[in-house]
Amino acid sequence: MANYSEITLNGLWKNNPALVQLLGLCPLLGVTNSVVNSIGLGLATIFVLVASNTCVSLIKTVTPDAIRLPTFVMIIAAAVTCTELLMQAYTYELYEILGIFLPLITTNCVILGRADGFACKNSVAASAYDGLMMGLGFAVVLYLLGGARELIGTGSLFANMDLLFGSVAADWEMTVFNNYPQFLLAILPPGAFILTGLIIAAKNYIDGGIKRAQAAKLEQQEKVSKRVRVTGTIS
Amino acid sequence: MALMRITSPHAHNKQSTSDVMRLVLLATLPGVLALTLAFGWGTIINILLASLFGLGLEALALAARKRPIAFYLNDYSVLVTAVLLAIALPPYSPWWILLTGMFFSIIVAKQLYGGLGYNPFNPAMVGYVVLLISFPMQMTTWVAPIELLPASVSIPSLWDSLLIALGLLQLPAVDGFTMATPLDLVRQNNALMIDDLQQQYTQFGRWGGTGWEWASIAFLIGGLFLMYRKIFTWHAPISMLIALAFLSAVFYDGGSSASIGTPAFQLLTGAAIFGAFFIVTDPVSSAVSNKGRIIYGAGIGILIFTIRKWGNYPDSVAFAVLLMNFAAPLIDHYTQPATYGHSKKSK
Repeated sequence: MANYSEITLNGLWKNNPALVQLLGLCPLLGVTNSVVNSIGLGLATIFVLVASNTCVSLIKTVTPDAIRLPTFVMIIAAAVTCTELLMQAYTYELYEILGIFLPLITTNCVILGRADGFACKNSVAASAYDGLMMGLGFAVVLYLLGGARELIGTGSLFANMDLLFGSVAADWEMTVFNNYPQFLLAILPPGAFILTGLIIAAKNYIDGGIKRAQAAKLEQQEKVSKRVRVTGTIS
Repeated sequence: MALMRITSPHAHNKQSTSDVMRLVLLATLPGVLALTLAFGWGTIINILLASLFGLGLEALALAARKRPIAFYLNDYSVLVTAVLLAIALPPYSPWWILLTGMFFSIIVAKQLYGGLGYNPFNPAMVGYVVLLISFPMQMTTWVAPIELLPASVSIPSLWDSLLIALGLLQLPAVDGFTMATPLDLVRQNNALMIDDLQQQYTQFGRWGGTGWEWASIAFLIGGLFLMYRKIFTWHAPISMLIALAFLSAVFYDGGSSASIGTPAFQLLTGAAIFGAFFIVTDPVSSAVSNKGRIIYGAGIGILIFTIRKWGNYPDSVAFAVLLMNFAAPLIDHYTQPATYGHSKKSK
């Protein structure tokens, strides 16, 4: 039986596709120069991951092992095409901006990795949930990067959100710093590399803190048990 | 810590890092003086602010890394980085440019990689390149040399220069206070013969750019002084200058409009001499063996000329240095000297 809390933890933190597996770096670095781009790509990736994981899991018993990878890629490509057509229909400007990175979701290693590593061995529900969690883990990093790069690069946040959410969002743009000289490095690809590195470093730092806390706790427990053994003769 | 020794045992008198760094600082003095005479107080203010920011950032990083702060601040390496970056930046740069540059020099290029001696890239050049690609407008606006300023323009005093850098005072918004640099002119020129171009624009001096040529000669004096004091060997800087001079001689093209100037012009304008003696010679990020340094220096010279002639940027010392920093480990791998007593072939 699949352990749902572990799937959640894996996707969002312990085995985060962007920060730990370092998969799908191409879109991660390529399109995250604004919040709206990263939300668009994040949603598309989540959708594709859930759809492909579900389909792969559905046909896992009838897929011959020898041709499983081409089969998975076909399924993923179909899901990506659906996403592309949907975005073309409903968010055309964003579709134009994301450009080549939408069809490239097909080659995002996270998706094939989850299909081959998880969905073809687990139940449909667990696979769909895993797709959702992995996609969320990936998307959260996309949003973080997109937000940081837009803020550092242009000094404002949530520009052009109407591309995704319609005219309601036209005035969502926040100018955080006035008279901000554009810091182009953050918007250019090197900024994405540097910021991704810093986010990974931050995650490792937090992990290190957690580990130390656990070790300290364990040590304390051991001390207690030792003491019990040593003084066990008293009682 | 003896930085420049490549093989042991040599019973030289020991040179500590701070001794070396102090000498380098001393050697930049003639160049800084020449730049100040040529372009005004802006360079001095750059150095002042960059040093302050550098020391502050280094202290912060050392505190965060739980290292002894006073010990590392006393090795003067931060000041050398600050001075080199400040010289490379346009005079009267605003404070936030200096702060951003020093942040990337000290925090990103140096401390994140482990501090002095562990940085694969020259910190000052990392800071410079980050600024150059991030703020193209501010980074390519050079003030005109003082001798070319119209008589009506008054040169900002030292105090006014500080206020300008802090953003409390505007640069004189007079026509002719900033000018295209000579390297800009030759790069954009595609109609005039070099001789005609040099007569048409006052930015060209006797050999190089007005103001630039004397600064370059002053940096040459400082560099030769360091070489005489054996702070670095001749290999990297001289091979860089020879490569640059050779290529500019080959592509001088009889002074046609496609040419970017004589070898003397290429050497004495922009950052070529300054880079050769103060950046290329960085012991940490360059190749280690003498043969390796010749290749390393020549590579930088070739890249400088390539980018100046065919690239998008008028000057290119920083890009060339960073690209060859990437290559330094590879050069070291292939130029490992044979151990004493072994023939070259034996493994």
